[in-house]
Amino acid sequence: MSSHGTNASAHGRASLRTEMKERTGKNTARCYQCGKCSAGCPMAGETSLRPHDVMRLVNHDQRERLLTSESIWLCLTCETCTERCPNGCDPARTMDALREMAVAASPGSAPRAVLAFHRSFLDQIRLTGRSFELGLVAEYKLRTGALLQDVATVPGLVARGKLGFIPHPIEGVKEVRRIFEACEEATRVAARGKEGA
Amino acid sequence: MRVGYYPGCSLHGTAREFDESLRAVAGPLGLELVEVDDWSCCGATSAHATNHLLSVALPARNLALAAEQGHDQVLAPCAACYNRLASARHAVASDAALAAQIPDLIGRPFPNSVTARNVVEVLREQLGTLRKKTVRPLAGLKIACYYGCLLVRPSEVCTFDDPEAPVSMEEVVAATGATAVAWNRRLDCCGGGFSLSRTGSVVRLSREILDDARAAGADAIVVACPMCHSNLDFRQGALVRRGEAELPVLFLSELVGLALGLDARTLGLERHFVSTKGFVERAMAEKPAPAPKQPPAVKPAAAPAPASAQKEAV
Repeated sequence: MSSHGTNASAHGRASLRTEMKERTGKNTARCYQCGKCSAGCPMAGETSLRPHDVMRLVNHDQRERLLTSESIWLCLTCETCTERCPNGCDPARTMDALREMAVAASPGSAPRAVLAFHRSFLDQIRLTGRSFELGLVAEYKLRTGALLQDVATVPGLVARGKLGFIPHPIEGVKEVRRIFEACEEATRVAARGKEGA
Repeated sequence: MRVGYYPGCSLHGTAREFDESLRAVAGPLGLELVEVDDWSCCGATSAHATNHLLSVALPARNLALAAEQGHDQVLAPCAACYNRLASARHAVASDAALAAQIPDLIGRPFPNSVTARNVVEVLREQLGTLRKKTVRPLAGLKIACYYGCLLVRPSEVCTFDDPEAPVSMEEVVAATGATAVAWNRRLDCCGGGFSLSRTGSVVRLSREILDDARAAGADAIVVACPMCHSNLDFRQGALVRRGEAELPVLFLSELVGLALGLDARTLGLERHFVSTKGFVERAMAEKPAPAPKQPPAVKPAAAPAPASAQKEAV
């Protein structure tokens, strides 16, 4: 039980609760498990860990269990939990931080489809500066193998003039790529700093 | 009023009609939309879900461009873009270390001087003009105003209305002459960005919203977010094919456009998956209440139908 509620875990690094406070500025220890976050969560019926479970596990330094959990990836970022938390604990921002940590620590644990979507979406921005929907769908299908998904809707999208076929890169596309590189590098440096702490 | 315009990626693609209808109503309402030159994607949910710095830096580039181009406010009609721009502005304002980092990350000065504004608050500011310019009051039409998540949450970022009991969309709808119905699911999530990666969840959540709006007697749902529209309109197709009744889903700017007397094609109302034809016909029908100047041959169908018949008609 040495890791529970202390600032330094058995591995010698800061406890998850302490790291969370550094990342989000919010004190998860203020959570008193009232469950209001989970009561309003649209995905609570589909996740094994509900928002108040996640808060509890953060306070108990259950890093491994949280970072390999599918549940943090099923959060829709609808912010209902944070809006309703009577103690200002910010479960939504906590979930954001956990996902960011999971991408670095154990990307394999994210549901394939969800992470494939995020990666395909961000790749489109890197490529053209904007999200190009056809490219996004094509890359997503290649990443997941769901080649036939939604194919039947293509004629409907085309008939309504909703599907562009040629991406138009913006002038500042190189600038956008530099922003991606700079953010990814700064995130890596910050993560290394926390490892060493 | 001159206002910077940040259409965002969806309005150039699957939500074209949001862009078309907004540009069409801007003039009559006294808004001059000046598109931010060379804008880039805000990063949307994918940046937000995976990299905090990126989720601030991508919107920051656009706000910096807007500032350089002389804007002090930017209208972002997409609720996700609005939320990301406003969140970035809030994050930088409340974190000095982040504020110091941003110019290096985006390679531009970042004065954080540009306010992000959503379409509901901007339209609400023009209520007087809207009432004056309404030539086709939408009397008799019942509307379920759907806010979803990103317009009102988190409330420390989205400050224009109450996060649990908002009224602004209902005020705009009332100005068009239509009636906003009371219903339960106007603040619930539609499934947002899971449309491709977890379609089953989206259909479950969207169906609850559609069913509740229908139970409240709504003739249509009005939204101000391309993702909400896609999930409620495009994904409703699967439910309709199973034999469920259609419920049209309009952008708020389309409803305003109908009241201003604009035609369905200009407003992009023919681009929807769930037909808006019946709704538009009722909107265009001469209302019996204020004596029409030159009463054309009023067909019985043109008069507002009783509640029971309305449901069938939808």
